[in-house]
Amino acid sequence: MTSPEHTELQPWLNFKGTQWQDRIDVRDFIQQNYSPYTGGDGFLAAATTRTKELWVEISKLIEQERIKGVLDVSSDIGSSITAHEPGYINRQLELIVGLQTDAPLKRAIVPNGGLRMVEAGLQAYGFELDPVVKQAYQLYRKDHNQGVFDVYSPDILACRRSGIITGLPDAYGRGRIVGDYRRVALYGVDFLITDKKREKTELDNVVFSEEILRTREELSEQIRALDELKQMAAAYGFDISRPAATAQEAVQWTYFGYLAAIKEQNGAAMSIGRISTFLDIYIQRDIDAGLLDESAAQELIDDLVMKLRIVRFLRTPEYDLLFSGDPAWVTEAIGGMGEDGRTLVTRSSFRFLHSLYNLGPAPEPNLTVLWSNAMPRGFKEFCSRISIETSAIQYESDDLMREHWGDDYAIACCVSAMRIGKQMQFFGARCNLAKTMLYAINGGVDEKTGVKIVDGFEPITAEYLDYDEVVTKLEQMMEWLATTYIKALNAIHFMHDKYHYERIEMALHDRDVLRTMACGIAGLSVAADSLSAIKYAKVRVLRNEQGIATDFAIEGAYPAYGNNDDRVDQIAVWLVETFMEKIRKHKTYRDSTPTQSVLTITSNVVYGKKTGNTPDGRRAGEPFAPGANAMNGRDTKGFIASGASVAKLPYHAALDGISWTATCTESALGHTLADQVNNLSNCVDVFCNASGFHVNVNVLNRDTLLDAMEHPENYPQLTLRVSGYAVNFIKLTREQQLDVINRTFHLHF
Amino acid sequence: MTENSEGKPPGVIAPACIDERGRLCGFVHSSEMGSAVDGPGMRFVLFVSGCQFRCLYCHNPDTIKMHNGTLRTVDHVLEEIAEFAAFLRFAGGLTISGGEPLMQADFVREVFYLAKHDYHLHTALDTQGFLAAHLEDEWFDDIDLVLLDIKHIDPDKYLALTSQPLQPTLDFARRLSDMGKKMWIRYVLVPGYTDDFDDVEALADFVLTLDGVERVEVLPFHKMGEHKWEELGFPYHLKDVRAPSVELVKRVITQFRTRGLTAC
Repeated sequence: MTSPEHTELQPWLNFKGTQWQDRIDVRDFIQQNYSPYTGGDGFLAAATTRTKELWVEISKLIEQERIKGVLDVSSDIGSSITAHEPGYINRQLELIVGLQTDAPLKRAIVPNGGLRMVEAGLQAYGFELDPVVKQAYQLYRKDHNQGVFDVYSPDILACRRSGIITGLPDAYGRGRIVGDYRRVALYGVDFLITDKKREKTELDNVVFSEEILRTREELSEQIRALDELKQMAAAYGFDISRPAATAQEAVQWTYFGYLAAIKEQNGAAMSIGRISTFLDIYIQRDIDAGLLDESAAQELIDDLVMKLRIVRFLRTPEYDLLFSGDPAWVTEAIGGMGEDGRTLVTRSSFRFLHSLYNLGPAPEPNLTVLWSNAMPRGFKEFCSRISIETSAIQYESDDLMREHWGDDYAIACCVSAMRIGKQMQFFGARCNLAKTMLYAINGGVDEKTGVKIVDGFEPITAEYLDYDEVVTKLEQMMEWLATTYIKALNAIHFMHDKYHYERIEMALHDRDVLRTMACGIAGLSVAADSLSAIKYAKVRVLRNEQGIATDFAIEGAYPAYGNNDDRVDQIAVWLVETFMEKIRKHKTYRDSTPTQSVLTITSNVVYGKKTGNTPDGRRAGEPFAPGANAMNGRDTKGFIASGASVAKLPYHAALDGISWTATCTESALGHTLADQVNNLSNCVDVFCNASGFHVNVNVLNRDTLLDAMEHPENYPQLTLRVSGYAVNFIKLTREQQLDVINRTFHLHF
Repeated sequence: MTENSEGKPPGVIAPACIDERGRLCGFVHSSEMGSAVDGPGMRFVLFVSGCQFRCLYCHNPDTIKMHNGTLRTVDHVLEEIAEFAAFLRFAGGLTISGGEPLMQADFVREVFYLAKHDYHLHTALDTQGFLAAHLEDEWFDDIDLVLLDIKHIDPDKYLALTSQPLQPTLDFARRLSDMGKKMWIRYVLVPGYTDDFDDVEALADFVLTLDGVERVEVLPFHKMGEHKWEELGFPYHLKDVRAPSVELVKRVITQFRTRGLTAC
């Protein structure tokens, strides 16, 4: 495929720029060498026969997995970068190789995160833990989960039990760290090891404080992990000590970097980063040299995407209730603009998205378009068409994020932006604002169990709720919640660094990174509507024999969030800003910068289940709206008004992202596909112009979903977006399927 | 121009409605922000109430009686539009539909005037044109596009379907053509009523004689309005009629396209 000189001797042949050659600087490499593309999708190539054959093989395995729940587990080995022998799907057909274990869809166990969760996951699917592994962890090796529970305080445990804080990563990998996997391809591993050694040497002659010692130990672990990465690749027959010299190698090297990370970590979200425009430079070089044609270029991307579609982790049924559909959040950020005003869209931005046509729709990788009004129209329209035809992609405002994070950031998980290789986050799940309001009303007594969760708060005793009184008490309760919440997160991340450190992911970062403490809130629209009801209607409290407010009678009407009505939208803004202020007051682990997200993923169902009747009229147990969405059915003025409400939530007070999921029917977008594409592009433009941050676009019919519930076998690839990620609809729990179906379908925009 | 025995065009335009504070008002059924199927792009659609037609397939029979609407001032309506003006300027515009907007010509004209002059919006009028002969050419100055509903091309069938004569609508189409106005012709496809092959051909023949027609929209009949008829206590005559098949819709669109018209 390539000449020896090209592969062996001059991997950087024809690449421009020097800064990136002297020290690690992938952004500079991209800026010096990429080719912006402003045209349309006419150049794209269909799937090759080889691609189709391989995808058929994978599809068969996926169908078997759907029936069994989990296809197979490697329960005899604790996973690591080098623990498993090389695995293949079909060696003759694969252009890009590498699996998490020795067989496709065979899941690994990652006991460092928590042996308990491993055992529960195995048990749920009828597998048994190898006694040797069990003994090792019981006798010789402590895990993250144990560490956390050694230090948790009673108030944290009470919050966990009542569900006011849920989804904490205290029993498995925290995820949401994005290694700069591109470094593996651009520099080769030896260069990276040398650089890590330099970073460590710089710390030879300083005071050995706790912080320095931790960093030194981490650097040693990183170097060890880089060595293992080389060994892993060597087992597949590749020498990745040197830089990649061809497009195929660049894809393979980059994937090896990512593969090492997902062998070692089972974090909730394992993004791949922002690789399409980086890889485009290699692809374009090979095309220019006559070594590659469009079909072969697309084949490489399709092959990589197939690998990313079969990333799997062993989860427990409890985990699935929170994050349903087996997500891995292999998020790839695509498009956006450069700081110099050139678009970062390349032909490979199209190629990645085109995999949704070549292989059919799928939830992973989580393709995320970084939307800017300045992006070329051809790309915007291509994205819009994909949304209309597959509902598989999401949009995030590059104009908002670039201002904060520059032009080389990626998205961890769903909506969390971070500068690649220079920033990481401590994932903090979320706490329940609606329940917090009930605690404020009930003086810290849980409305479902009657148990006092926190002392020192007086309940409201008036028959009718008074807005000012509720707000004052809510603020006090938020203060307490933020305190407890940060304590829990500090405990979790201290222990995760200690017992389940992300060696390879952090090896693909600079030594000195910005760390954020990523808090989150759920139930925003319930809390905002409740306050609106208290303020604009009259809310009478109904108390049980114990005097606990368990229900509310609303007299009169109130403006609901999601209709572009400032009276209530500003309450939502206040809630976001106020909770952020409370969080900011606390000392965080490793002096991380506190941020928050308004994102629930599918956990809105569980949060709702754990929350009693609320003053907005929502019944106990009823799901919350996802993310920053308006409550189901209350945004009656259509998509534009609903989006306008969401866009008012200030990004500066929710720098970890604000998630909105909008669903409409195809016919609501226009008479013809051309009209629909044009209208959707304009809507996303307008939403981003109004400082909207994120939107999942689903173009679906309710009837299709109902039919898919009854006949899942007919809809193996039916994909839709749920608050920050995409799922196979048929993999959701029945409750979550109903939640999706009950969400507002906009019949008009 | 069709005239009745007294020399006036048929039908009556309602007198301007002025409230006790001297403000021009209109009867409004509802408004909808973000419709993508009522003119180019995304529209703010103002549905005014009142219509002299009794179309068998009407899906908004609750808009037929003018006084069923809510009385609203022009300023009030504009306030609501203003909230979305920036969006509408970029992505679409204002459409006034009904009911039949021409029944409240003074109110409608004023809303269009302000939308055009104060907010620079693209404006569209959705009408069957029956009352247009009552209005001077200047009345249409602030309208960029007319969505003209031609419900049938055969005068007898038109009368049976709508309870009113066809000729005023055809005269209006001709007049718009002469005025150089842009038009979208809208045709509701009802199996058994408007799907006759030759009728569609005849309609296409007529449309081909007009200037300014940008597209023909074939709107498949649906029964989403059926419950409204029941609620209003009116008999619904199309109970047994089904929505047209995909094939039928395709056939009719193709008929228009074959004649060189842009149809969808």
